[in-house]
Amino acid sequence: MSATGIGAAVRRKEDLRFITGKGQYTDDVIRPGETRAVFVRSPHARAKIKSIDVNEAKKMPGVVAVLTGAELANDKIGNLICGWMIHSKDGSPMKMAPHPALAATSVNHVGDAVAVVIAETKAQGRDAAEKVKVDYEPLPAVVDPGKAQGKGAPQIHEVAPNNTIYQWHLGDQKAVEAAFAQAKHVTRLDLINNRLVPNAIEPRAALAEYDSGTDQLTLWNTSQNPHVARLVIAAFVGMAPEHKLRVIAPDVGGGFGSKIFIYPEEVVCLWASRKVGRPVKWTAERSESFLTDAHGRDHVTHAELALDGNGKILALRAKTIANLGAYMSTFSSSVPTYLYGTLLSGQYDIPQIYCEVDAVYTNTVPVDAYRGAGRPEATFVVERLVEVAAREIGIEPAELRKRNFIKSFPHQTPVIMAYDAGDYNASLKKAMELADVKGIGKRKRESARNGKLRGIGYSTYIEACGIAPSQAVGSLGCGVGLWESAEVRVNPTGSVEVLTGTHAHGQGHETTFAQLVSERLGIPFENVSIVHGDTDKVQFGMGTYGSRSGAVGMSAIVKALDKIEAKAKKVAAHMLEAAEGDIEFKDGKFSVAGTDKTAAWGDVALNAYIAHKFAGQELEPGLKETSFYDPTNFTFPAGCHICEVEVDIETGNTEIVGWTAVDDFGTVINPMIVEGQVHGGIAQGVGQALLEGAVYDKDGQLVTGSLMDYTMPRAHNLPSFNVGLTETKSPSNPLGIKGCGEAGAIAAPAAVINAITDAIGSEQISMPATASAVWSALQRTPAARKAAE
Amino acid sequence: MPAVSMTVNGKAVTGDVEARTLLVQFLRENLRLTGTHVGCDTSQCGACVVHVNGKAAKSCTLLALTLEGADITTIEGLAEPNGPLHPMQEAFRQNHGLQCGYCTPGMIMSAIDIVRRKGNDLDEHTIREELEGNICRCTGYHNIVKSVAAGAKAMKGGPTRQAAE
Amino acid sequence: MYNFTFHRPTTVRQAAGLLAKNPDGKLLAGGHSLIPVMKQRLAQPSAIIDLSKVEGLAGVELKGRSVVVGAMTRHADVANSPVMQQALPGLAEVPGSIGDPQVRNWGTIGGSIANNDPNADYPAACLGLGATIITNKRKIAADDFFTGMFSTALEDGEIITKVSFPIAKKAAYVKFKHPASGFALVGVFVSKRGSDIRVAVTGAGANGVFRVKSFEEALKKRFAAKSLEGMTIPATGMNSDIHAGAEYRAHLVGVLARRAVAKATA
Repeated sequence: MSATGIGAAVRRKEDLRFITGKGQYTDDVIRPGETRAVFVRSPHARAKIKSIDVNEAKKMPGVVAVLTGAELANDKIGNLICGWMIHSKDGSPMKMAPHPALAATSVNHVGDAVAVVIAETKAQGRDAAEKVKVDYEPLPAVVDPGKAQGKGAPQIHEVAPNNTIYQWHLGDQKAVEAAFAQAKHVTRLDLINNRLVPNAIEPRAALAEYDSGTDQLTLWNTSQNPHVARLVIAAFVGMAPEHKLRVIAPDVGGGFGSKIFIYPEEVVCLWASRKVGRPVKWTAERSESFLTDAHGRDHVTHAELALDGNGKILALRAKTIANLGAYMSTFSSSVPTYLYGTLLSGQYDIPQIYCEVDAVYTNTVPVDAYRGAGRPEATFVVERLVEVAAREIGIEPAELRKRNFIKSFPHQTPVIMAYDAGDYNASLKKAMELADVKGIGKRKRESARNGKLRGIGYSTYIEACGIAPSQAVGSLGCGVGLWESAEVRVNPTGSVEVLTGTHAHGQGHETTFAQLVSERLGIPFENVSIVHGDTDKVQFGMGTYGSRSGAVGMSAIVKALDKIEAKAKKVAAHMLEAAEGDIEFKDGKFSVAGTDKTAAWGDVALNAYIAHKFAGQELEPGLKETSFYDPTNFTFPAGCHICEVEVDIETGNTEIVGWTAVDDFGTVINPMIVEGQVHGGIAQGVGQALLEGAVYDKDGQLVTGSLMDYTMPRAHNLPSFNVGLTETKSPSNPLGIKGCGEAGAIAAPAAVINAITDAIGSEQISMPATASAVWSALQRTPAARKAAE
Repeated sequence: MPAVSMTVNGKAVTGDVEARTLLVQFLRENLRLTGTHVGCDTSQCGACVVHVNGKAAKSCTLLALTLEGADITTIEGLAEPNGPLHPMQEAFRQNHGLQCGYCTPGMIMSAIDIVRRKGNDLDEHTIREELEGNICRCTGYHNIVKSVAAGAKAMKGGPTRQAAE
Repeated sequence: MYNFTFHRPTTVRQAAGLLAKNPDGKLLAGGHSLIPVMKQRLAQPSAIIDLSKVEGLAGVELKGRSVVVGAMTRHADVANSPVMQQALPGLAEVPGSIGDPQVRNWGTIGGSIANNDPNADYPAACLGLGATIITNKRKIAADDFFTGMFSTALEDGEIITKVSFPIAKKAAYVKFKHPASGFALVGVFVSKRGSDIRVAVTGAGANGVFRVKSFEEALKKRFAAKSLEGMTIPATGMNSDIHAGAEYRAHLVGVLARRAVAKATA
């Protein structure tokens, strides 16, 4: 392994600009003559718009324009769409309601935009926005997904009776019923997967500029996938032809899913910039982010696990109501279906699984993919069931897991997925050693002496990443293919630019992708640069989400590098006057087999461009290759996280006192970056379990609408993490990568709740397990009360 | 519009601003120092932290006019252009204390303030408590804590060690 | 935020004059409560009268059997004051627990108590020590000063200049932080100065900071955590929100009072 090649903990190329304040995020981009957009948003969860009066607002100082939904519709700007078709069990297609970028006739959640003020400054825009008079007729709202389908519930969209978007199912219901009938033991749980607000620290932003001379629109935005944004805005919203719209996602300050989607604000900024003839910038205030960024999770589930007398799992069934909010966001439909139901087998050999999911509309912010997307929800169901089953039967939770682990691969689950590689025992064993599970009894006694309850919780999770084979996702309803693209440009001096269709917003692609190229071509790491995030520079690509950039994006680079090597060998053959088949390439040098004749990488690159040694009819000059790589399967990262907590009996406060993670991500390109991804994922999962939760009141007001009320994990809420790795390579891509971006967020919630419930001796705790919630649970728990006395 | 004068990163600056202008707006919009970020609107996240007269402050919660005559240092002012990095900047890079980079300027400015107040030998507990005013969504803080500890040690012998060398 | 006129007086007298001229004006001390509220457009002062250039409003000094803190003294400066740490270490912990380090570098005692946020820390210390709030017009006992949520005995044109804390032999503050905001979900300040025993609670009461007479009576018998064993206060009148119900807050008052007494007597 070289100091900068695959497997090396190379320091990141991107850091220098970030630590010196020279990052260029969307709000940092300043265009001449730029104006600011301020949105007028609904204060009601559901209302009819009777009229909008913009006259006073238009007269306010600094106002350039005030635009409404009616004008948007007049200009034939299309609605936002959801790009993944789900069919109900009766075969009917999902009920997608219209989602205009500015509401013209009705609003359906607090924060729904009804008008926009374009002004010289943001402050002037806000002053004017207050003068826009919207006459609303407030209507009853429904907020709770459990009540959305109920009799008498307000009907949000005409197209969706009973607010039901689809009723989807997966698996063999009859076989599952038969298995449950045979069971010696059945564990039943009612679970709520709490609603989360993504809160990337960079708020969403959009800056649109129209050039009337070329009829060209440019959009700088906070996007994880600029090409997909351009495609949707061109082809579905109809803003401009694709070739007349350039989307640039510069430095992006975290995404976690929330910046995948196409949002009203970027559409409106584009439209407005053309209307006012000046650049239009919008940057969300944090309170606006709470009301407009797609939220995550929000499932209500009843789940059951059937076991035989030996603790062998016979079957699992789950019935889930998934809240998709007021409108269907870009990929919302896929999250509680093919990213959820398909993972309900966990790491276990479960013969039969049946899953039903009803997706519903409510008068809340749209819900879509958030770090893990469906897989944290699935893991929470499976890992809570297994843990509780073990406790009910009286088998050690680790032992019950071992008894049911899948041990041979490939393994076809009853819910579509074919796991291709893994060693679940290895990660469990290593995690138990690192976490000193043997010493837990002693530690529990020590805690008890200090008035604390100590508990330990496991989460042996699995995820499907490397999203995903295009044919497979196409057959499941996805509107796009999920391959990835790469272009490798070798310059005449031998330095290399890689144009990738993925996008980095914290993941460090500029570093890891360069490591791959450096190792493969034997050239210095410094001589490689990675280009992403600009549709005018980079060929079409699908972007970054679902832990796909390594498994799919780097595979595309590998394929392009294969072509580069093949072409370079041809050039070298001419230079060295040898047969192409005799040329070997190693450590940045071309040589003729069995001779001492060599050509250095840089010389071959130069010769490819000067083309003096070969005839153009025989070999094309230049050295630049493109590849579109479509994976053959999902990848299946898996591992074991063990959480240890101490609960203060008097206050109910939970402190995480230990965290061990042993993950199998296949091949690791840069362990420093991989560990960083694990740390961040765990923090978000701990946030979900202990701190975070979006709460609406019954009228649809978001009670946790700012960082004063929505608890973000801070440094003192978390311990240092003990992170280890095991490795089984993914057979589904050339590098053997599985992906690491979401693992922590997927694994962590169940580990935390399993630890707290172990500590307090009660399963009756939901997320977030705040101090007051744990204290309340303790009041209902005889064992804990006794310990307190 | 009222005028305001202050020293930013060692340079005297003046500007005519609306009274309601926040320091962070003055820095970002008037001076185009965009390394100081805005991550929230309730003074919670710390992405906007700068030094005012040597002490960490949230520039989103200070009026520019209040800072007449003040000495401000932003992330851009920690190291000389093309000079060596401040030890805390270097520590963040060496310890992978950042991912998306958005909270990073505020983190680094806060970290230097921790060293000012608590010294060069910082234990994990102290660092975690003292980072209360800064939120990071990417790193889970693990490597930020390591970075701050390493940066604090490297700052021994003066916060701008490199200037003396 | 809405725009306003900005004034930068250099004396308390000038500040009072400006306040008289601008009835919708607001004094700006540290601004770490006022500016966030203005940014959200929940407050619309016509004028901001910035006290940061007023001479002589900051400092911590020993005066007889009291520690006197200037109204514009920053939280960090109170927490780190050698005078305070020597004379009243229990009080030094209060500003040391407010907000976060950046807030403590800027926020002031005068601003905090004039605002009287029901979850703020300083009001508990003032009431828990029987402090005297000194203004440009008069002296007000803490018992009379805090009159309810965001409400004080301050009259129009009145400016806090100092707060005088009598030195108590035993004093401590224990706070259970609101997990998101860092304010006190519940905070309890206890003190013993001769026979004057005080237990003051912030964060819990729907009407702001209050004293717990029943706890004070129990502690009069013996100033020890054991004296409060099993004691609690009724949940009626407690705040209730998504982070903590009234019952939980009432329970925490008992727990934190015991911990505060234990700390004060340690």
